[in-house]
Amino acid sequence: MAAAAVAAAGVFNPAEAMSGLMMPPGAAEMPAEDTIKELMAAAITTAKGLGASYSDVRIGRYRNSIVFTREQQIVNTADTDSIGAGIRALVDGTWGFGATKILTKDGVVAAAREAVAIAKANRIARDQPVVLSPTQAYPNATWKSDFKIDPFTIPIEQRADLLLKANAEALKVKGVRFVNSGLLFVKEDRNFASTEGSVISQTIIRTAIPFQITAVSEDRSDFQTRGNVVTPAGRGWEYVLEQDIVGNAKKWAEEAAQKLTAKSVEVGRYDLVLHPSHLWLTIHESIAHPTELDRALGYEANYAGTSFVAPPDKVLGKLKYGPEFMNIQGDRSQPGACATIGYDDEGVKPEDFMIIKNGIVNDYQTTREQANWLKWWYDANKRPTRSHGCSNADNWSSVQFQRMPNVSLLPGTKEVSWDDIIAATDRGIGIVGDGSFSIDQQRYNAQFGGQVFYEIKGGKIVGMLKDVAYQMRTPDFWNSMDMIGGKKSYQFGSAFNDGKGQPGQSNAVSHGCVPSRFRNINVINTGRKA
Amino acid sequence: MTDRRREPKRLIDPSVLPADAIMSRERAEEIIKKIVSFSKADDVSVNLGSGYQTDVRFAANQMSTSGAVMTSGVGIQSTIGKKHAVATTNDFSDESLKSVVEKSEALAKLSPDDPEVMPPLGPQTYLPVSGYFDSTANLTPEARARAALTALEPARKAGDLQAAGFIIVNAGSNALGNSKGLFAYNRSTNANYTLTVRTTDGTGSGWVGVEHPDWTQLNFADVANRAIEKARLSRNPVAIEPGRYTVILEPQAVGDLVQLMGGSLAARAADEGRSAFTKQGGGNKIGEKIVDERVTIFSDPQDPQLLAQPFDGQGLPLARQVWVENGVLKQLFYSRFWAQKQGKTATGGPSSIKMVGGTTSLDDMIKSTPRGILVTRLWYLRQVDPRTILYTGLTRDGTFLIENGKISKSIKNFRFNESPLFLLNNLEAIGPAVRIGGTEQGGPIVMPPIKAKDFNFTSLSDAV
Repeated sequence: MAAAAVAAAGVFNPAEAMSGLMMPPGAAEMPAEDTIKELMAAAITTAKGLGASYSDVRIGRYRNSIVFTREQQIVNTADTDSIGAGIRALVDGTWGFGATKILTKDGVVAAAREAVAIAKANRIARDQPVVLSPTQAYPNATWKSDFKIDPFTIPIEQRADLLLKANAEALKVKGVRFVNSGLLFVKEDRNFASTEGSVISQTIIRTAIPFQITAVSEDRSDFQTRGNVVTPAGRGWEYVLEQDIVGNAKKWAEEAAQKLTAKSVEVGRYDLVLHPSHLWLTIHESIAHPTELDRALGYEANYAGTSFVAPPDKVLGKLKYGPEFMNIQGDRSQPGACATIGYDDEGVKPEDFMIIKNGIVNDYQTTREQANWLKWWYDANKRPTRSHGCSNADNWSSVQFQRMPNVSLLPGTKEVSWDDIIAATDRGIGIVGDGSFSIDQQRYNAQFGGQVFYEIKGGKIVGMLKDVAYQMRTPDFWNSMDMIGGKKSYQFGSAFNDGKGQPGQSNAVSHGCVPSRFRNINVINTGRKA
Repeated sequence: MTDRRREPKRLIDPSVLPADAIMSRERAEEIIKKIVSFSKADDVSVNLGSGYQTDVRFAANQMSTSGAVMTSGVGIQSTIGKKHAVATTNDFSDESLKSVVEKSEALAKLSPDDPEVMPPLGPQTYLPVSGYFDSTANLTPEARARAALTALEPARKAGDLQAAGFIIVNAGSNALGNSKGLFAYNRSTNANYTLTVRTTDGTGSGWVGVEHPDWTQLNFADVANRAIEKARLSRNPVAIEPGRYTVILEPQAVGDLVQLMGGSLAARAADEGRSAFTKQGGGNKIGEKIVDERVTIFSDPQDPQLLAQPFDGQGLPLARQVWVENGVLKQLFYSRFWAQKQGKTATGGPSSIKMVGGTTSLDDMIKSTPRGILVTRLWYLRQVDPRTILYTGLTRDGTFLIENGKISKSIKNFRFNESPLFLLNNLEAIGPAVRIGGTEQGGPIVMPPIKAKDFNFTSLSDAV
């Protein structure tokens, strides 16, 4: 994950507004469905006519709606709306991409011509031609994400009221002086067409509830925060209601205040019991990123980095990532997860696949271009050489490339809970919530903080700790895992702002996981005096 | 090869390239006036951006993705009494602009009062800045592809090297205006090139980044040579014990850590008790010595190495602002609300950062070091403790042991836990300041190489 901030906010949907407010017809609307199809056809026909062996076009509308508050006041209310077309052309084995906000025939044709011109200009620097693995054509496909109530229909004052009530509850706790909270909704209308005959239309909604509470000591010698209390989801307003932020705010605020007087951790080695609200980020950094095939083969070397899970012929079927009960699935199918989608951004219908099977590396995340790079492995295992459907662009103006699907640690066979694991731990630290995170460019050495840290002694939580971070080497860490939770303890952790690529793109990600225990991990103390 | 004679001179037909691809001052003023005329709110503020961005990416000695994006957008904030809201669009037709004005007004009416709402700024005077270069704005795809070849050709020829690089070129404009007559306009270009060369045995990696508003100032061949040299020099790193070391940080590494002080320069957070610049017992640390007296850090849109936008997002003029002078915290920035509340002058935040350089060359720093570590750059920096601006992160793409005044060997990368405040208190020498390239689109940053003692490396990394 990189630092890319999420530009939040979406649009108030006048037609469905519960306030009954009359809004004018917006000119900033997507063209009609038939017009979109005509524009898409014009773009790819142009590219083909100018020599492209393959072309695809995405016409999308990307909306955000935000309300941010602090304490008992509004900080910001914003709706953003962006519409445009991005056209990719493959000419003589070289890519070009052109994007425009001008959604007229002239506009998209010009962008298609530019995509072809760039591809042709780059031919002088080509070495190996790009070859796409096969995919089925979907001439009339539609899909929508798993939401019940479109949050864009909820009036702004209702959203603000909920946040201010939750803030008020948090501020009742002694020592708590600041609360920053918000509601962030995303709605994407994505249309896709390719020269291979696919025409796909999808609607995606996502919801985030940023919420951070700050407690300050009376003499101002210390301040502590509790944040990341609710994980984002690929769901609608119903998700906001389920979180009961008003009912939970006091508990989160007490945790912030408790951290002021918590014991500063003693450095050393501990058994760590990691809650899913924390572990998802460790999975994200130390499993999901290093099993991106473009990283493993050097395609991200200049920015995000490469991977220790490389080269593929040395690790596939060979590298022991963790214990035999460790199974990591890649998918874009789990309802409510942020990477879930019907069709990826090159028209592939994604499938579920096992990245790590019984502790051994089994596959990588791929796109159509990348799947061919593993043909030898798929042939040897009698699997078809096809993309896993991991192509994604964060906007119409961004070129699609490999982004992670949902990458999840599957539950163990026994129904073990968070409490069961704590009860089985003699000397350890339980960590809830994700905090500071940093990992090297090959994903070996990582350091993670958290939100709330519990000291575990003799199978019981005996108090709270602060200034905790653990340092790890990825393969050692995962091989030290000796207990995992069962199905009932499985939950998602998500973020909207996973950064990758040049120019940088920001992606929504989810990782399902269960509470798990890791033995003998190096814990450092991060508290210092200025 | 394609037949170059048949390629058009311009790649977009001017007849379909809209007038606002890079919006002129006149066009921006016209749109803002139009939006103001549509407004029924007490006040309306407009933020208008336009740009043309092109890029070339290559990796594993292959061409990768390349593109061109033309976009623009407008953000409209309507204020009614103490209520305000923003709506944005990228459709500039009259119908769309009217619709977005009305949407922001409707949203504002529904929003709760903001007790911190400030009246709009009236007309301001801005410093002239010449940060727009035709050489950058009018670049062709062929020129970008040829630039990529300056790294790809030697890497392919060498046989033991793999090049991955990224060239990104921006030309754009930014304008602000409101119903009280404020108008600000700035046009700028930028060219950024970063290159990583790795050895095919996977043990060496070298990185170089350069940036300038003027494309002709980038020396592509020099970047390739330096990255190749560093990749080869960094092969077969050995492990040395983590701990506290004297370090020589190249300008990029200094920038990676020191620019993070920018996030703590808000007066409000300090006054509220939640910043590294909070004074124990209340107030902030303005006037206190916070780092070595050789350290001066400032922002200045007119500095020839910075050439930054001379106004902030609200239209406040940005001039030279000295944050740290001779080691003393000279100022923090005040938002308009906080300035009014505290009886101070409102100032914009740091839109550019420069640390004043010294005269010790990198070579001289190495020569004067009996034992130390030379660091090319830092990576994946994340805040660990806001109370001390403590960050963790790792060294990357060229980390070397210095023994008896010479680079003696390549060493494995380290994780560090360190604060720019501690670093700049442990200063031993400062070199000439240069514009750094590793910020991509993060704004202009100029930093010197420095030598400092007791840098806190906390663990080893196997990553190359």
